[in-house]
Amino acid sequence: MNPALWAAKTGLDAQQTRMTVTSNNLANVNTNGYKKGRAVFEDLLYQNQRQVGAATSQDTELPTGLSLGTGVRVVATEKTYTQGNMTQTGNSLDVAVNGRGFFQVLLPDGTLGYTRDGSFKPQRTGELVTSSGYSVQPGITIPDGAQSVTIGADGVVSVQQAGQSQPTQVGTLQIFDFINPAGLQPRGENLLVESAASGPAQGGTPGLNGLGLVEQGSLESSNVNVVEELVNMIETQRAYEMNSKAIATTDQMLEYVTNQL
Amino acid sequence: MDRFLYISMSGAKETLRAQTVNNHNLANASTTGFRADLSAFQSRAVAGSGYASRAYATNSTIGWDASQGSLLSTGRDLDVGIQGPGWIAVQGPDGREAYTRAGDLRIDPSGLLQNGAGQTVLGEGGPISVPPNTSLFIGGDGTISIVPVGQGPETTSQVGRIKLVNPPAETLARGEDGLFRTVDGSDAPPDANVRLATGVLESSNVNVADAMVNMIELSRHFDLQVKAMRTAEENAAAAAQLLKG
Repeated sequence: MNPALWAAKTGLDAQQTRMTVTSNNLANVNTNGYKKGRAVFEDLLYQNQRQVGAATSQDTELPTGLSLGTGVRVVATEKTYTQGNMTQTGNSLDVAVNGRGFFQVLLPDGTLGYTRDGSFKPQRTGELVTSSGYSVQPGITIPDGAQSVTIGADGVVSVQQAGQSQPTQVGTLQIFDFINPAGLQPRGENLLVESAASGPAQGGTPGLNGLGLVEQGSLESSNVNVVEELVNMIETQRAYEMNSKAIATTDQMLEYVTNQL
Repeated sequence: MDRFLYISMSGAKETLRAQTVNNHNLANASTTGFRADLSAFQSRAVAGSGYASRAYATNSTIGWDASQGSLLSTGRDLDVGIQGPGWIAVQGPDGREAYTRAGDLRIDPSGLLQNGAGQTVLGEGGPISVPPNTSLFIGGDGTISIVPVGQGPETTSQVGRIKLVNPPAETLARGEDGLFRTVDGSDAPPDANVRLATGVLESSNVNVADAMVNMIELSRHFDLQVKAMRTAEENAAAAAQLLKG
């Protein structure tokens, strides 16, 4: 069918994808540790109908050619890793990463996942787990009867037990960084998994080697900017309308041919 | 058959092609750094016997709109937009140096600087390798400076400079992959006058209002051509009627 119709159709597809990304961002405006996504657009291949510079005689050449573009496509949806706001919760097991890095958790299939959502809870055994119940790696167990838990900026977890004057150190929260965090693959439940594009995880003590510090009693809120998303939504809607108008117009042109001839 | 019909047909066909170019522009109304395609009609006279009325239309893409797209603030360190004329040099899929205005950069797992479409960005001495860092800044002239991992902010090091070029428009042509290349195949020299803005992306420079009006105009032109084809058909039918009578 006519390439004019298809070029406009790719525009509709791309705007639809952008709308999906925008709605997902808006839906996650209150998700702890959520990083906003954005759709990356690229123009599709061009078809050369008449080659520019082709010889029109031995000494002359075509000054202009005709190359028809075929539309647009979404090449990637990438996450933007800017810091979200720190919300004070006062809960001693809420920790936020201030700076680069992710907490590592063990997934039920034995692989590792990474998250910025540090709303941890102790499991029945005392082991620290995320809201979905996945244990933090390396594991930290809060002993029974602990009166208070303190997590230092460098990730050291210590507990105060009844009848003891000194706090006991029970483990260290490690954080992990990637050379290209935008390449991590989101898999829901506030989790990201390593991919070929992200590079391998490099663990370390918070605050060292460029890793962020951990903050006890805080949670990192989503970095979605609502106003920005609403503007994106308006822009997407208008672009969608214009592309659908382009399809309607091209259709009318073709309809006119079938009616008139 | 009457030549009149063929002339109208060429007009209608080329108008539909122009509509394709226009729809392509509209489809790319939100593509970062996209340059709108410009198309124009030319008349090509066919010499021959009889009255010299045969001039067929051809449509050609005469280039691209070089106007500045608007710079949209994103706040991301690796987003750059070119202020004024100029291009960012990247390595095209064919290995040749190619040029683009899209500055949504990222770093691949091996540490090379890439753009959003996955093409390697070229520095003045080839691809730019960015070591692990705690902060990265791209200066107005394309110089990339970082604070390496494990160092304090007092240690900043320059890791390269994005090759920015500004060759004359007539020496560039858009390739089939949408990237621009020099017509003669040589690499354009770096130009120190091209300025980058950091934390912004340049939007597509397609003027959607223009494109919509253009769309209506092309649609009406097309109707006229088809009407002329219809008239040719009626003329032929009238002539046939005359002969029958």
